[in-house]
Amino acid sequence: MADPIKVYPPKPSHVYFYATCLIDMFYPDAGMAGIQLLEREGIKVIFPEDQTCCGQPAYTSGYHDEARAVAKAQLDLFPEGWPIVVPSGSCGGMMRKHYPSLFKKTDQEKKATEIAARTWELTDFLLNVCHIKLEDLGDPTTVAMHTSCSARREMGVAEVGPRLIGQLQNVNLVEQIRAEECCGFGGTFTVRHPEISGAMVSEKVDALTDTGAGAFVTTDCGCMMNIAGFAEKNNKPLEGQHILSFLWERTSPDNGGDS
Amino acid sequence: MSSRDTILQRLRNRSGGDLNVPDCDFAVLKRQPSSVAERIEQFQKTIESVHGEVHRCSSENWVTQLAGILSDRGAHNLLIPAAHTIGHTLRDSGRDDLPELLIYDEPIESWQPHLFNEVDASITSTRGGIAETGSLILWPTPDEPRLMSLVPPIHIAVLEASELYSTFHEAMLKQNWASGMPTNALLVSGPSKTADIEQTLAYGVHGPKELIVLVIE
Amino acid sequence: MSQSTTDNPHHIDVKEFHPRARAAIADPKVRQNFRKAMDGLISKRKDAFEGWDLEALRDLGANVRLRALANLPDLLEQLEKKLTANGIYVHWAIDGDEACKIVRNICVARNARTVIKGKSMVSEEMELNHYLEERGIEALESDLGEYIVQLAGETPSHIIMPAIHKNTGEISELMHEKTGTDLSNDVEYLTASARQQLREKFMNADVGVSGVNFAVAETGTLCLVENEGNGRMTTTVPPCHIAVTGIEKVVGTLEDVAPLLALLTRSATGQHITTYFNMISSARKPGELDGPEEVHLVLIDNGRSSIYQDDELLDTLRCIRCGACMNHCPVYTRVGGHTYGTTYPGPIGKILMPHLIGLDEGRHLPTASSLCGACGEVCPVKIPIPDLLVRLRQESVDGDKLNPAKVRGHGAKRGSVEAMIWKGWSWMHARPGAYRFGTAVAARLRKLQPGKLGGWTKYRTAPKLAAKTLHERMKERGQ
Repeated sequence: MADPIKVYPPKPSHVYFYATCLIDMFYPDAGMAGIQLLEREGIKVIFPEDQTCCGQPAYTSGYHDEARAVAKAQLDLFPEGWPIVVPSGSCGGMMRKHYPSLFKKTDQEKKATEIAARTWELTDFLLNVCHIKLEDLGDPTTVAMHTSCSARREMGVAEVGPRLIGQLQNVNLVEQIRAEECCGFGGTFTVRHPEISGAMVSEKVDALTDTGAGAFVTTDCGCMMNIAGFAEKNNKPLEGQHILSFLWERTSPDNGGDS
Repeated sequence: MSSRDTILQRLRNRSGGDLNVPDCDFAVLKRQPSSVAERIEQFQKTIESVHGEVHRCSSENWVTQLAGILSDRGAHNLLIPAAHTIGHTLRDSGRDDLPELLIYDEPIESWQPHLFNEVDASITSTRGGIAETGSLILWPTPDEPRLMSLVPPIHIAVLEASELYSTFHEAMLKQNWASGMPTNALLVSGPSKTADIEQTLAYGVHGPKELIVLVIE
Repeated sequence: MSQSTTDNPHHIDVKEFHPRARAAIADPKVRQNFRKAMDGLISKRKDAFEGWDLEALRDLGANVRLRALANLPDLLEQLEKKLTANGIYVHWAIDGDEACKIVRNICVARNARTVIKGKSMVSEEMELNHYLEERGIEALESDLGEYIVQLAGETPSHIIMPAIHKNTGEISELMHEKTGTDLSNDVEYLTASARQQLREKFMNADVGVSGVNFAVAETGTLCLVENEGNGRMTTTVPPCHIAVTGIEKVVGTLEDVAPLLALLTRSATGQHITTYFNMISSARKPGELDGPEEVHLVLIDNGRSSIYQDDELLDTLRCIRCGACMNHCPVYTRVGGHTYGTTYPGPIGKILMPHLIGLDEGRHLPTASSLCGACGEVCPVKIPIPDLLVRLRQESVDGDKLNPAKVRGHGAKRGSVEAMIWKGWSWMHARPGAYRFGTAVAARLRKLQPGKLGGWTKYRTAPKLAAKTLHERMKERGQ
């Protein structure tokens, strides 16, 4: 009954990088940061060109036939047994937790289950597989953190972000109240129930600004888009950044310059 | 077909087929062995946290303590069991500092208004207690009927310290409840309370406003 | 059916979820009452499990419930046999209406005019009060929260704390208006006034109606969990006691009750245990001086046997009605219980009610969630609530040809435009070339991106497309 205990693999020579469609289109810098962090750990990063989307938007909307068609197109992208790393708790959760049931009783069931088992959320992978050691090169700063619900609950990585940031000497990490409460993103929930989602993100922005930090980092681009978008629209002094961008910028001598 | 048979048939012919029967591991309910003193301490702490009152007594002095408790509250009468030693001891005590002693020896129908309106306090025995949850085990009997611990505003319960169990699980197994349950069995853990008005605690909403436990060591 | 003589507070159009949600969100009092209450409950629950191996306890709770469900028909028969042997009458009802009829027939046979009720969500599900009152039988709630809600002509907004949507001032005004108590913010005074009024009613009631938290097949025991003592009064003072419960509430052994009780009270209100745990196994026996001379149990199906058919949906029936899912739900906290328009609000309501009222009627329920998973995380019996929400979303749009929908009213939410959009989305994302081309074009044209995106931009700025996709940047990098 208990969730299976995570068994981390040894540090591999290669990983597949599954960027997610949000990062691909809206936040490619966060993707680059993730790739560079991995490369700095001496890992060869494979970016399968044919990747699109994990299928989650259709899946959580109930359109499972459509989700399956898209997900099926992803199953062939990872032919070697290397880990698949995902810079998102949400998309990682889709692949790790939901692919097996989505493909249940289909010809792809075995493959989907095998892929699910080697899918990792990237910060979790950096900390617990790469055993990354970060050296902070940035100026002193204060930052808050919002761990996405899927990173927290599906991928079980609530402690990972704070531990990574904890390695940065010049960063003061402050905790928001009700840290474990959802920001109100939830994909199509934002447009199906805009008022509820709006009320949730409004309170999340208050919680984050109340920490006194003018910036927050997060594991997921959906949350970032939601929280930072609300702050921007309502002129709240709060900037958002993907945790991977933040970690790379503070630890890279060329300050996050594109390679 | 009757509704009964319709329902049972639907359940028996479930389309999903037979269900797995999982193993149930009750180990999480087991506790380290503890001493009587530790159990008393835990019981007291827990029941006091929910507004219960505990007086530690001996079999020699509990009547004296009881008399003090009742006179502090100005109780005019006390409902006692007729047959239980508690009743005998009180009736035979010959003390003049106890209030009028009443006995519940008729069916409720013949004296309901009196019980509801005139009785200030009651005293009952218990079948033991539970340290972890600060609970009293009551199995009402014809000698100590069900309403005795419910209707009067003050309920005093006598608990033998030696009958304190660690957990409900332990109590029900050691006393072998599964072999036969009484008409009514109760765990009582504090005075009646409610938080239905804006989460603010108020006591004595339907049952006793005060629960006083005499722990006999 | 006869013309309605009393207003039935249950008559709410469940489909009108959105307007109710908007109104609740715009009402600062509702927001504040719920937020304050839920914050308190969350922190109390956390404290109550201090020192426990909570995962092991939740596993045990889940397994005990699963084991009972695996043997459900046998256990129900065993329960019936035991109870009957103990002198308790057992009745079976296909739906709420039949259950109401059974209760009424018992009342009629006893010439009963007044019924006093202990807290029972199943009786809410049956709409029992309304049914009885239409037929000239007074049904009075005695749980303080239910009593308040009944005075107000409302339904409970929370399954454990029915009047949580009201603050003290509102309750004081209500009691003043309906029962003539003085206006007061003193909760003790208000509680004492209710006690006084209800004690009279208890003494004179002909029948007591209660719910059941656990029904033990092994011993034929009905267990009730409560703090106030109204449950004990209801089941002890009137000459006749009728317990109503869903068929899923049965457990195999008395031992099974121990973990469930430990989970229930801590999950619900953060209590180690409630004031009273009341176990009833018989009517008054010869020689006993109080207690009802007649005890009945009404076992209600009302859609549960349909849920039982499906291996995944079956998990819904594990529920022990603690309310932790709603206490931790960010949506429930914002909109309150009445917005749902259903007997059971919050996450459990969203996965249970569609079976009771049909997925056509309850089509908005499964979507009203960000799938944050807080409910599943705290569920004492590990019901995978988010997965079940997704399952019901699928059912409501007939979204899976491999696993055809089963729930009554399925497919009602499938709109042709939305279905087309997902088809188009799927077409593009299943074709990597089309995807790369489309996203690269979008990046080039990003200046033309619409500034308004429906509900999204009502509260947020539109997300900004990057100048180049990651695909393009990786290509430039030579990968």
